[in-house]
Amino acid sequence: MWEEFKKAPLSAWFGMLMILCYLVLMVFADLIAPYSETEVVSFQYAPWSSEFLLGTDNLGRDMLSRLIFAARNTVGIAILTTILAFTLGGALGLLAATIGGWLDQILSRLVEMLMGVPALILALLLLTVFGTGVVSLICVIAVIDATRVYRLTRSVAMNVVVMEFVDAARLRGERMGWIMRREILPNIMPPLVAEFGLRFCFVFLTISALSFLGLGVQPPTADWGSMVRDNATLISFGDITPLLPAAAIGLLTISINFIVDWMLHRTSGLKD
Amino acid sequence: MHLLVTLILQRIGLGVVTLFGISLMIFFAMEILPGDLAQETLGQSATPEAVAALRAELGLDQPAITRFFQWFSGILHGDLGTSLANKRDISELLVSRFKNTLALASYSAVIAVPVAVTLGLLAALYRGSIFDRTVNVLSLSAVSLPEFFIAYLLIFFLSAKFGLFPSISNVSADTSFSEYMHRAFLPALTMALVVTAHMMRMTRAAIINLLASPYIAMARLKGASPMRIILIHALPNALAPIINVVSLNLAYLITGVVLVEIVFVYPGLGQLIVDSVSKRDIPVVQATCLVFATVYITLNLTADVLSIATNPRLMHRK
Repeated sequence: MWEEFKKAPLSAWFGMLMILCYLVLMVFADLIAPYSETEVVSFQYAPWSSEFLLGTDNLGRDMLSRLIFAARNTVGIAILTTILAFTLGGALGLLAATIGGWLDQILSRLVEMLMGVPALILALLLLTVFGTGVVSLICVIAVIDATRVYRLTRSVAMNVVVMEFVDAARLRGERMGWIMRREILPNIMPPLVAEFGLRFCFVFLTISALSFLGLGVQPPTADWGSMVRDNATLISFGDITPLLPAAAIGLLTISINFIVDWMLHRTSGLKD
Repeated sequence: MHLLVTLILQRIGLGVVTLFGISLMIFFAMEILPGDLAQETLGQSATPEAVAALRAELGLDQPAITRFFQWFSGILHGDLGTSLANKRDISELLVSRFKNTLALASYSAVIAVPVAVTLGLLAALYRGSIFDRTVNVLSLSAVSLPEFFIAYLLIFFLSAKFGLFPSISNVSADTSFSEYMHRAFLPALTMALVVTAHMMRMTRAAIINLLASPYIAMARLKGASPMRIILIHALPNALAPIINVVSLNLAYLITGVVLVEIVFVYPGLGQLIVDSVSKRDIPVVQATCLVFATVYITLNLTADVLSIATNPRLMHRK
């Protein structure tokens, strides 16, 4: 295991280091942040100073503290959504592949329909119906993302279902649930794990995008997407502060992509 | 040739069916709404009589299935209904916005497609070199960044610092072509950057995949030059994956346009849909969604048809 890590390229190491930093920020946000998440501590748009390291935002709240708390909020919501999407999409994909027949037909046609609309547009449509708020945001994005997970799980599981050991399990009279859990699931895990990283990036970017549009995480919760939106006017005055939350989003997704890229490269066994 | 035609017709038929399914979905998604449109518009404090009157006016007293077919036949006749917010005709509203969005998408496609395909080909050809690795890391980073970050970065440098391009792309029907190129440059460049990265990575992967096939090894063993191998041997077979890559990314532009239009206050479809979602102007959201979905499916369909039509194996089949 350690040998594998030592051979990881520089980009993957950079990714792992960054993710560790983000995790520390998420867990110890209360200890690290100099001010609270929502407290107004100064006048609006205070410049960078020793008192407010990164200045204050459009309402006079400390920028640095909000950046730190947003790590917990934004990343937490994205992780929750991705887990939900994987549970839903994975379970349905597994069912469709194992049982097949009409269930597979119905689910696959439904997923095809949902994937016929671009993800962000579908999210906008569903948010209009269910209203904007964290709960509906999580549910809507999870459902949209579950379609992609479904597709992958189903196609990978299809290859495993036809194997002899599954037939053997069936013949010795194991129940369907047992076969799915003990025979198929362990064999489709590796591609799903890599996919988890990629889906997380996608979910994270979609949620940030929606928050940036004002349709995702609602104030006063600190969130990177909405922080960019709230302070965007500063950019035309040549101030880079509003770019920081956007950079925080980008840095995390880049880090994850670097790691996934390395993992995929390693498991695919490609030598170039 | 007979097989080719059948395949293409089948694919088009499937596209039409999907589109019908999507319009069903878009329509009935609104039926899940707690209460209905009339209640939603008038608010909780409205009297039952007022709600009933509005319901009758909007035709909501009829069963959903009847209303769906009315809505759907309206669309087929080019009538998308009226906006709740300003009572304007939606078709009129959409046409000018749609033209703007198409113009912006084509603008960035013209920048992105040649650059991406060339870079992808070069990266595949010089696989493993410093050039390939640099392009790989750069494109991976560009793919990971949120569009609005790239947009604001460009505004920060090209607009706020150096004042080369306007940060708000205020265009209208009577903006001249050169003026349009100038004003819409930043939004077009933003989308081009994101799409180039995606497209370049996919082109590279498709070509590398192809270069691993035995017939390429054969050509190499015969002593054909690398350029000849790429152009004569690989490219005809790579055409289908490249067409797919391009169309997938053009479809991606359609979504990416939403954020970019908001950042640059560009009067396109994306801005319209976001505005309508926050105003809960449901008929406009439905109509815009349908337009986006239609474009998306048409692009995918065109890609499929083109890759069927250009497949050397299908073309020479007896």
